[in-house]
Parts: sequence; structure tokens; C-alpha cells
Amino acid sequence: MARIDLKNLSIHFGGFKAVDDVSLTVNDGEFAVYLGPSGCGKTTTLRAIAGLVSATSGDILFDGKRVNDLRPSERNIAMVFQFVSLYPHLSIAENIIFPLKARGVAKADIARKLDWVTGIFKLGDDLRRYPSALPPGARQKVALARAVIREPAALLLDEPLSAIDEQFREEMRWELGHLQRELGVTTIYVTHDQREAMSLADRIVLMNHSKIVQVAKPDTIFFQPSSVFAGQFIGSPSMNLIDLVPVSGGFRLGASEVVLTHAELPEAVIRNPRALKLGVRPRDVRLVSGAGHPLPVVDVFSVGREKYFAFRIGDTIHQGFDTLTDSTPGGVVFAPDGLMFFDAETGMRLETGRIAA
Amino acid sequence: MTDTALRPRSTGRLMIIGFLSPTVILLLFMVAYPIFSLIYYSFHNFSALRPNEPMTWAGLDNYTYLLSDNDIWARFVFTGKFVFLCVSMQMIVGIFVGYQLQKTFRGRDVLFTALMLPMMLSPVVAGFLWRYMLNSEWGVVNYLLTVVGMDKVDWLGQSTAALWAAAVVDTWMWTPFIVLLATAAFRGIPETIYEAAEVDGASPAYLFFRITLPMSAPVLFIALILRLIDSFKQYDLFFALTGGGPGSSTETVSFAVAKTAFSYFYTGEASALAMILLCIIMGLAMILVRHLSKMGEHD
Repeated sequence: MARIDLKNLSIHFGGFKAVDDVSLTVNDGEFAVYLGPSGCGKTTTLRAIAGLVSATSGDILFDGKRVNDLRPSERNIAMVFQFVSLYPHLSIAENIIFPLKARGVAKADIARKLDWVTGIFKLGDDLRRYPSALPPGARQKVALARAVIREPAALLLDEPLSAIDEQFREEMRWELGHLQRELGVTTIYVTHDQREAMSLADRIVLMNHSKIVQVAKPDTIFFQPSSVFAGQFIGSPSMNLIDLVPVSGGFRLGASEVVLTHAELPEAVIRNPRALKLGVRPRDVRLVSGAGHPLPVVDVFSVGREKYFAFRIGDTIHQGFDTLTDSTPGGVVFAPDGLMFFDAETGMRLETGRIAA
Repeated sequence: MTDTALRPRSTGRLMIIGFLSPTVILLLFMVAYPIFSLIYYSFHNFSALRPNEPMTWAGLDNYTYLLSDNDIWARFVFTGKFVFLCVSMQMIVGIFVGYQLQKTFRGRDVLFTALMLPMMLSPVVAGFLWRYMLNSEWGVVNYLLTVVGMDKVDWLGQSTAALWAAAVVDTWMWTPFIVLLATAAFRGIPETIYEAAEVDGASPAYLFFRITLPMSAPVLFIALILRLIDSFKQYDLFFALTGGGPGSSTETVSFAVAKTAFSYFYTGEASALAMILLCIIMGLAMILVRHLSKMGEHD
């Protein structure tokens, strides 16, 4: 088990900065999830920690020791790849014990450890089969067993669930989280799926354009996103972003007639001299009967038990949560706790001293 | 439902027959006819020099004569030695060079193309080329030996040296073929497999012997089969390089077939020897192909 420090890590491929001055500490036993859109540098960062790509500048430290110049095999890390990387010519059992055999571990120890991981992953029936005989989900389980059997200092997972069927993915996600807590192994997990990140992470490391955007606990990143990007990347359906136009006594919502009066807004927003945008999650926009702002509702749709509605401000369609129980026309209400304000130019969130939860 | 399911199948069968029949007919003429006439001649006393004389039935005479002839056994022993030497050299050198060439580096493509050149030559051309280079008096090989202060060697005038010389020339010519297939096989292994193995702590040697070799084994095995069969039949290289000499010590079985058929014109006896060679090669190929299909089971 180890603490991993990244200090001003940069990785360039030719003129392209894949990772740009990233610093981060992952604590011993922590489950850290790198989250971001594809091409944001999260996988490259992970591969640098594994030693599969080398840092252009900056340091990677395991328990305070610089490992930049160590080969992947010398770093005592284990990795699970996005696409299944089992050795097709070896049986499941041989695949799992490969890291031990490659390191020359004694036969008795190998047998004991194989028993141990076989028990954890319930792989007993498959040990003699070959990777091609297993479905993708089961193969990834074997890859995980192969990673865990070494009891590595850190477990690096590169979108391990993205190539698996939806149904099996849920199950694997739950098992993975459970396993990580049980083993207490430092884990770095890369994904572009915010739901995976929210459900697994002790801390989410949100990346965009080769830089870290925000590092926080899932709840914090959801309720206090540092920027428009963080707010919109996390949460589904995505956060609404509405222009605020200053008018006397308040702010008008974009091209609509609706005005949020100063009485409804935090002090910090009223005193702010710069142009702002309002961020509000669909859950915090309600369609209620009778009261509320008269914004044009263009669509109503349900996702299972939940009903959403779409409304228009200017040319932009936004989403909200439909609480109407009958067919009477309703108005739109914004939950005061759910209002987030962002600098229109920098995209950074304005601290208002109010936290929704 | 069943109607629509059946119709495409029957037109499909017609299509298959239509497309295959030209090839099948051609094969019947080009393969079946020669083989059957070979079998036929091998049981008769016949010489192509006297095609109008009536053939007499020889039964197994041709076969018993051949199999009791010590000289023919010597041809088989020599052929076996040659096959073993040149195929093992080609495989080892080919796999090694192929492993180096799978890496991407500057000038790789040019080097790769240059390495393929010997394979493009006709064996007779390669044979004569090396015959001149190995000439004991004025060949470049012996010249280079004298430059480094060693004695000249009569490469093609002693039976053991001639065996080695022929094996080296065949290796020079056919190693590129192994390189070609080995490089393709090695490059076909996904990068993630190598990365996973590296993270798993495999040393370069362990990686090569436990991952690279076994994963490309089916392709390498095909290369091995092709080279075994081809070198077993080797004739033209010896024709040009040693002419079968010294004496008849570098005559392969194929060489003996050609000599019997076209120097002595014992067509029946030559056919019988060719049949024996054919059976050995087919037996060998069947064993190897069966092994090959077992190998690919897990992929």
C-alpha cells in the first residue's frame, strides 16, 4: 500500500500537451477516480503512474520516493486495462498467477494466493478454461484477480468497466467498490462515466484540457462545482446554464421576461460587478401548479417514476423536474438552495456562502 | 418463413458450385492426373526414352529395389541432415531478426525490403551465385578468409563442408521468409498484452518466451511446416551449387529422382522414388497440420 504524489507532472507528445502541470496526492488506501471527457489526459496520467509513458517534466512519488526512472515492472503496481488484456494462450489460472511466476514466487505461495483470489472472485469453475471461453465481464474479473493477487502498492484501473454490458457493469461496480474497501489498496480509477465516479470515489479528480479542474469528494463536487465545466459534467440530466441580465431591482433570465429580484438572491451576487450566469440542476427547477414563473413548457417526459419537463428561454431548451399531479398548467419555480452563480467570462463559480444539500 | 429461409440457401449452393467448379476441374487435371500417372508408372517397367515400347507390369519391384539400395538410403540420410540444419538455422535466425524488426525505428522499411531480396531470387541463380563466391581458388569467401589470416577451405569439394555450405545458402535465401511471417505474427500481438505483461513484472526474456513466442506459435508453426516441406524437396539449389558432388554426397532424394528420371531415364523407378518422397512429405504435413489445429484451439 502506498501514497502516490504527482508533482507538477507534464507529459507532452511532440507539441501536444497531454498532461499539463498536474499536482495531486492520493493517500494510502484511498479510492481516487480520474474523471473527464475523452482526450482530457486522465488515461495518460494513469499510464505515467504505471510507467508506461514517461513524464516530460515533474515527479511521480510512491511513499515519497521518486519512481520516474523505474520500469513498470519495478514499481509494484497492478493495472487493469480498458480492453481485455488476458493472455489468450494461458488458462484462467495461469493468467491469474502470471505476475507471481514472472517474479519467481515460490510454488507453495502461488497456490495459496491463487486459492485466496479464487475465493474472492468466485472463479473456481473457470480456472481451467481459457479467456476466449468467458464473456467480457468475466474476463475483466479475471484481469482484476490477476491485479489483486500480487497485493500491489497501488491498483490502477483504466476504464475497466466500459467494455462490459450495462447489466453486468452495475454488479461489477458494486463488487469493485466493496473489494477495494476490504483490501484497503490505494486505487486510481479512470473513467469518463460520472455515475461510476460518483458511486465509487473517495475523491474525484476532475480533468479537462490536460489540467485538473477540481479535486473533491463526490458530494462536494456535485453541490459545489468549482466551475461551469464541473457543474455540467457531473449530474444527469445536465445542469442548466442561464444568462443573467442585470435589470433594476434584479436579474432577468436571458431572453425571457422572468426577473429574479434582489430579495431572492445572495448578497455576493447582487454586489458582483461582473457578468454572471445562473447554474441550476434540473432537480432544483420545479414545475408546480398555480404559482411560479410563466416560462413556455415545450415538452414533458418521464424517466421511470421521475417526470421531467423541458422549457425554453430564448432559443435555449432547459430541463426541470415536473411535480404536477394533474394536467393543470403550471409555473416554473427555482429552489433557492439550488442556485449557483458562475462568472460568465471565466466560468468559475461565485462563492455565495450558501450551500445546497 | 421456412420458404424465405430456404431459397437463399439453395441459390447459395448453386453459386458455390459455380464458383468452385473451374478451380476443381483445373486441379483435377493439374494434380490428380500427374499423381495417378505417377502411381501407374511406379508399378511398371517404363522408360520415357522408349514411349512406344509396351510397358510391362513390375509389381512392387521398383519399390523393393529402391528400398534395398544403400545408396538411396544415403540420399534420405543426407536430405534429413540438410533439412534439420537449414530449417533450424532459418527458424532461429528468422525469429531473432523478426523480433528486432517488429520494433518501429528509422529506416526499418528500407532494411526490411533489402532483407527480403534473397527470397526473390531463383534457387538456381542463388546456387550459381554462391558457387562462385565459395570457389576455393578465387571465391570471395576464401579471399576474406585469407585477409583475416585463415587458410582457404574447399567448401564444395568435401562432403561435410558442402552440406554446411548448402545449408547456409538455403538459410541465406529463406530466412527472409521466416522474418516476414515472424514480424507479422509479432506485430499482431496487441500492445496492451505487452503492457499488461510488463506491469505484471515480466522481464524482457520472460516476455519473449512466455508471451511473444507462444502467442505467435501458430504462425511460426506454419512457417516451419512450409520450410520443412520445401527444403525436403530441395533440388535446384544443389543442381546449381554442388551438382550433387563431391561424388554423389550432396544429392538429395529429389536430386536422385531427377537423375534417375532424366539422366538414366528409368521412369518407372523414378516414379516409385517420387511416390516414396510424396508419402513421406504428406505424412509429415498431416502430423504437423493436426498439431497446428490443436494449437489454435484457445484463440
